[in-house]
Amino acid sequence: MGTLRGLHLEVATLAAGPPRFRAHGSRDAWSVLARDVVANGGRLVSLWASDRRPLGEGYAVNAAYALAEGLLWVSLPLAADQQGYPDLAALFPAASRLQRMMRDLHGLEALGAEDTRPRLQHGHWPADLHPLRHDARADAGVADPGGEAYAFVPVRGEGVHEIAVGPVHAGIIEPGHFRFSVVGEKVLRLEERLGYKHKGIAARFETLAPLDAHRLAGRVSGDSTVAYSYAYCMALESAWRQSAPPRAEWLRALALERERVANHLGDLGALGNDAALGFGLAQFSRLKEDWLRVNAALTGHRLLMDYVVPGGVAREPDASLLAALPGQHAALRDALVPLADIYSSHAGLQDRFVTTGRVTPALAGALGLTGLAARASGHAVDLRAWHPTPPYTALGVRVATERNGDVAARVAVRFAELTESLRLLDGLVAGLPDGPSHLPLAPRAGCAEGIGWIEGWRGEVLVALELDDAGALRRCHCHDPSWHNWPLLEHAVMGNIVPDFPLINKSFNLSYAGVDL
Amino acid sequence: MLRILRQILRTGVVSEAPPTEGLALEDDSERIQRAILAHLGRALAIREVDAGSCNGCELEIHALNNPYYNLEGLGIRFVASPRHADLLLVTGPVARNMEVALRRTYEATPDPKLVVAVGDCACDGGIFGESYACRGRVANVLPVDVTIPGCPPPPIEILKGILTAVRRVPARTAR
Ligand code: SF4
Repeated sequence: MGTLRGLHLEVATLAAGPPRFRAHGSRDAWSVLARDVVANGGRLVSLWASDRRPLGEGYAVNAAYALAEGLLWVSLPLAADQQGYPDLAALFPAASRLQRMMRDLHGLEALGAEDTRPRLQHGHWPADLHPLRHDARADAGVADPGGEAYAFVPVRGEGVHEIAVGPVHAGIIEPGHFRFSVVGEKVLRLEERLGYKHKGIAARFETLAPLDAHRLAGRVSGDSTVAYSYAYCMALESAWRQSAPPRAEWLRALALERERVANHLGDLGALGNDAALGFGLAQFSRLKEDWLRVNAALTGHRLLMDYVVPGGVAREPDASLLAALPGQHAALRDALVPLADIYSSHAGLQDRFVTTGRVTPALAGALGLTGLAARASGHAVDLRAWHPTPPYTALGVRVATERNGDVAARVAVRFAELTESLRLLDGLVAGLPDGPSHLPLAPRAGCAEGIGWIEGWRGEVLVALELDDAGALRRCHCHDPSWHNWPLLEHAVMGNIVPDFPLINKSFNLSYAGVDL
Repeated sequence: MLRILRQILRTGVVSEAPPTEGLALEDDSERIQRAILAHLGRALAIREVDAGSCNGCELEIHALNNPYYNLEGLGIRFVASPRHADLLLVTGPVARNMEVALRRTYEATPDPKLVVAVGDCACDGGIFGESYACRGRVANVLPVDVTIPGCPPPPIEILKGILTAVRRVPARTAR
């Protein structure tokens, strides 16, 4: 037991991985702690609830905070008949949507919260069904009441009209609803309504064996499958006080960087295309295809799904392929030079990118922006450098940042991160330790909990899990960085013209699946 | 401009031969093109609908649009509205919250209204299955012509599935 600077709370340190601390607080401590976190420059990472009634307790509301010392996971126990907890949205704007999710899934209320509209609950299961209560009936047989209307915030004024888009969009894009209030072409306000893809992932976790559930974690947001399965495995390994062998950690990082490169290549192509440079899409999508084919040869899967498994990685890469990787890195590096040059000097692109969709560093800080988008708005947050674990401790990550917070900045950060990932990948191949790449975990009986925290390509991914006495999954919460960045997109669009929305949206490239769960 | 041209020249033509396995008749792009014309009388227009995927299937559908697969060259294009589509490419298990939107998209699609279910989730519910939130496979909601298993299926499998669906449409008699 110990304390953290500036916080009035006893904490326990969790085993292995990045520094993580565990604490339990009272109702009063919940709000005091939140204020202390703000005062100390900390951030809210995630909020979730769990039903502990089967353990003879009540419910628990959980928060994860990012602090200078590491990650703090704090729980507020609630008596079974006390279904309210103090609102955090006034301190952390991103908390609002997370609290609305907690109400839908567990029926717990954030007392004093301004926005209490349902989020995942669109009226297609009974209003009184809270599927994560352990005694809830959450199977396919529950009635579908046929949907309910949603109260969008009205915007009034002379000449203001609304444009409603979605949930199905014109393109190969995930579904969600956007409500624009506009004057002429100018956007006064954007309101997002998401939750269309909710498919009951958290409830599904409770039916899976802990040694299989990394596959589900890897499908919370398919574009971040490595980050999620890695975070899940880190959580399970810490719960069972075991760890993957060193070679496995290096191969996991190799997969994580390959995932980052693949997504950045895809986004840079799409951003060029949205700004009318079809050439950019053709070039980048070709480079990405080459990259994915090597993924398939290396791991058996183009998108690296199911590669990170509890205890290590699913297969040992072929030695001759490993030896050929630096050549592939060099080829991509060479191909990027002229493309970076074209993107930064092409007048048409610059005209569309610069000053478009701006998030100032101050706004980014106030709203808790995270990941790549935060780095494009002057916040150098990157777990790989901030709280590195092996192999990042050995390699050292140079964090890419920009200050302008516009589309151009998010493009520039992607280019810089591509170069840095290629450097890291060279280091990962060169320094890959010998030894096994997988050691089976020994399941442990007894209640246990663990948490994993990984810097994915989009930002920080968190997985928290609780195991019951019999060693089964009692709760698994997966958190996507998009929770924090979706509200920012609403701000980034204000004052821009409607036709620039697709470009701004793409420059964030947030996950719908990751927040719909 | 000059730099762009130079890059284009350096890259050359990367399009690969289209798939032949399982497509006894079509062994080159010209034949695939001819088959599409024979069955539809025009280029094939596809509308993609994500009914609740993890977004992995979308990544591979995007990949299908890269120069290696030369989709436009085969006479296949993605369109923005179901009203202009011959074929719906549906991914994901059908989330209950998406069921109405999926049905509406289907209703807005003119004949031949082909439906291709892409990925394990769309084929049989996949890892998500059926629950209070999820209707499972696409066939639980819409008539499905062709299923393409895989999690996600690689682009080449998606292309084969699309061509299989097109061949389901009775060939048009010569005009
Ligand atoms: S089939 Fe696999 S990749 Fe496709 S939506 Fe389902 S889980 Fe994702």
